[in-house]
Amino acid sequence: MRSFISQSRGFNYWRRKATNTVMSGVMILSALLTVGLLFAILGYIMLQGVSALSLDFLTQLPKPVGEPGGGMANAIVGTMVLVAIASGIALPVGILAGVYLSEFGRNRLGTAIHFVTDVLTGIPSIAVGIFAYALIVLPMRSFSAIAGGVALAIIMIPIVTRTTEEMLLLVPGSLREASLALGIPEWRMILRVVVPTAGAGITTGVMLAIARAAGETAPLLFTALGNRYWHTDLWHPIAALPLQIFTYAIAPYEDWHAQAWAGALVLVALVLLLSVAARIVGRERYIR
Amino acid sequence: MKLFGERPVNAGDAAFRLIALVFGLMVVGLLLVIILQLTSGAWIAITTFGLGFLVESTWDPVAREFGALPLIYGTVVSSLLALLFAVPVSVGAAVYLSEYAPDWLRTPVSFLVELLAAIPSIVYGLWGVFVMVPIVRSYIEVWLQERLGFLPLFQGPPYGLGMLAAGLILAIMILPIITAVSRDVMRAVPDTQREAMLALGATKWEVISRAVIPYARSGIVGATILGLGRALGETMAVTMVIGNRSEITGSLFGLAQTMASAIANEFTEATYDLYTSSLIELALVLLGVTVLLNAIARLLVWRVGGGPVGGRRE
Amino acid sequence: MSDVHIHRGTWSGLAILGLITSIIFVTIGCTSGATPPSALDKGSPGGAASTSGQRASLTGAGATFPYPLYSKWFDEYRRSVDPNVTINYQSIGSGGGKQQITQRTVDFGASDGPMSDEELQRAPGILHIPTVAGAVVIAYNVQGLDGGLKLTPEAIAGIFLGQVKKWNDPLIAAQNPEVRLPNADIAVVRRSDGSGTTNILTDYLSSVSLDWKSKVGAGTSVNWPVGLGAKGNEGVAGQVKQLPNSVGYVELAYAEQTRISYAEVQNKAGNFIQPTVRSTTAAAAGADIPADLRASIVDSAGADAYPIAGFTWLLVYQEQTDYGRGQALVNFLWWALHDGQKFAADLSYAPLPDNVVRLAEEKVRSITFQGNPLLTVQ
Repeated sequence: MRSFISQSRGFNYWRRKATNTVMSGVMILSALLTVGLLFAILGYIMLQGVSALSLDFLTQLPKPVGEPGGGMANAIVGTMVLVAIASGIALPVGILAGVYLSEFGRNRLGTAIHFVTDVLTGIPSIAVGIFAYALIVLPMRSFSAIAGGVALAIIMIPIVTRTTEEMLLLVPGSLREASLALGIPEWRMILRVVVPTAGAGITTGVMLAIARAAGETAPLLFTALGNRYWHTDLWHPIAALPLQIFTYAIAPYEDWHAQAWAGALVLVALVLLLSVAARIVGRERYIR
Repeated sequence: MKLFGERPVNAGDAAFRLIALVFGLMVVGLLLVIILQLTSGAWIAITTFGLGFLVESTWDPVAREFGALPLIYGTVVSSLLALLFAVPVSVGAAVYLSEYAPDWLRTPVSFLVELLAAIPSIVYGLWGVFVMVPIVRSYIEVWLQERLGFLPLFQGPPYGLGMLAAGLILAIMILPIITAVSRDVMRAVPDTQREAMLALGATKWEVISRAVIPYARSGIVGATILGLGRALGETMAVTMVIGNRSEITGSLFGLAQTMASAIANEFTEATYDLYTSSLIELALVLLGVTVLLNAIARLLVWRVGGGPVGGRRE
Repeated sequence: MSDVHIHRGTWSGLAILGLITSIIFVTIGCTSGATPPSALDKGSPGGAASTSGQRASLTGAGATFPYPLYSKWFDEYRRSVDPNVTINYQSIGSGGGKQQITQRTVDFGASDGPMSDEELQRAPGILHIPTVAGAVVIAYNVQGLDGGLKLTPEAIAGIFLGQVKKWNDPLIAAQNPEVRLPNADIAVVRRSDGSGTTNILTDYLSSVSLDWKSKVGAGTSVNWPVGLGAKGNEGVAGQVKQLPNSVGYVELAYAEQTRISYAEVQNKAGNFIQPTVRSTTAAAAGADIPADLRASIVDSAGADAYPIAGFTWLLVYQEQTDYGRGQALVNFLWWALHDGQKFAADLSYAPLPDNVVRLAEEKVRSITFQGNPLLTVQ
């Protein structure tokens, strides 16, 4: 019982105490470094982005190469359109798949689907881009917003499915039983009682999925392609904020670099707002 | 096979269950379709090169030779480098969050760490190109070369771009996920474990190193593998800082290319079928590796968490 | 902490989200057509054609080499020639231009390396329409050296072969007695994507260096002996600008716009020539033009000709599959060959020589929809 204490105040005691202090310091430093990096990156984007951000940036189309001014209005709208298309596909699929997993998935098939969904969250986004290119761009003979939206949807689906499942599982069984005892059919019980109860949590997951999709670049390279103008319809190429930032970042023009920072600021603001909102909606539940 | 729970069903329920099942199966179908499609796209390359694709070291579109070894090297080394930098820091940060931080600090800091995970990769790339690479070039690489330049690891001109830069940017990108998951598994260690050690008069560090970390070990390994999976598949940030050269240099200063960055650079312009097909095979290899790693990681994390996350029904 | 107490959330959370999503979706779907003056393309039904006032949106992709000029052209064309025609051009590299037009995912491709016979077999019916000529400059970033560097063909080949490793190598120093070259490693920057600019440079190097011809060869992407890869002319220029002691190759316009120094190159006649619009024109003027217009003008014999120059082409199908878009494309091409040429010199490109314009006109006239010529402006 007293094995540690019995040697107290000896050399060993001081050694242990010193190790403890040093290691505590190391842990605190690690945490500081992690948080510090976040501030370094965010701070720098803020600094560079704010000075380049202007009304023109938010409302104008890009100018031809080498001419100053212009903005990324089409790319900001383009990202919203792409995310809207992706959500239109991913939300129904993701939520219903989540309902299956939570309500009917207590069996081998459910476990398998659950597992595949987890695996799907780690799929490289560039591979998704190739998939969407072969699936939509080649047959339709055009790069398109639809193709980009489908690629982003594939990235969103597993996130929505898993969060929906987790949130539905938190709904107490007693609630289900009480509803059934009132004679409501199971499907109405799920749609009217279980899903609404978990509504806030599901919304959280959806927002996180949207935040993830909004920032993706790689899957859009071969699908949405990019557009210097407003998109005309969903079957044609469309601009997207991450794509535009990439193009501007690797270009040699100072003016474009400044715009890339402003674009990054808008994108980060969008993504972080969604993430923060998701946390607030979901309260202390958080989801990966 | 029993696809549903055990309750009796009426017509509405049956229909609803069927719909839910279809959507559930859709998710599985999605993965299968992706794999099938990539396989069929890669078929020409697979039949032409066989296993040689993975071990040949020439990636030469002009000579129509496609060996993915330099790209595999670039992918694996940059990712391992990232783990080397990121794991100690993230485990440290996770221990702090789980064991040291007072409650009022824990929530906001955990939250900040997760925000770091939400920043898009293109933004890391932008920051990497304009902030990190110049620092690496003018300070880190110069410093390393002056002191350790005799090692092959630190030879070659300090471009700033290259393996080291790629490893660093990937490390920053995977920090949050490893930290967040590790913290979760540490929080899952029962308090009785800690209390038993404390009762024996152990210091805080002894509690952590002998009770918490061993107990959470497979979970931390799982978190690390999740980070590795993320690093392997990462495209944009790496493409922007790695130098895009298919070569095995053996130096941290060397330029390299990863599978994902090769696809991003070359896919839209592969001008003949074998070339396209080889790039798709790269994607397939990458997919295979990340799927496998993810599967392993999930199993490890589940083991600590006592089954699938959220898999218990209260 | 399982929160059992989140009852208040009904479907409303999701409903609101869905509502917002669909509002964004719908409004953008409609307004984006309405706000910008000329964006709505109602998929112009093929054949139902009154020529003017028909909205068309074209997509093109390819070469980065002429991108500064093309982006100017497409902007100008929409603003002052035909506000109904929007041409979206993405500079993904010449390799990409060739591949995407072959796959017919774009309305036109762009490349400054002509398609090979084998590539043409995969995409029968493609025409090469030259637009301008341009110079590929050897751009460098050496502290204290702001222009005036002279390079021989041997020095250039040596640098890109990785045999000339230092800036003060005798092969470079011999021609530059008046400048102090640093004893620093040369950092070569080259393209990571398939590139017509690469094609022009490697075509040139193959014609001046046997060593290069046997070891590397010419093409839009080659197996580089040295160098770090950057994407597009933009990427190479950006990288050279950032990286001390680097050398790369970009189209003249990029070096001019970003104020990167570039070298004078010794031509076939033995003169050191500054790349300019004039010396590029001199190279283009002396060229033999084959019937399919796939002409190479590197290492030109003219005394004032800059040796690393090339035409850049738009790649279009002779038989178009959509009347409205085909017509918009053909009219644009005609404009580019004539009125468009006057924008070239300002952006450091050389306008096409008259004989080439004549030949290109023939090609544009030959573009058809269901066998009928499409050109309406003359």
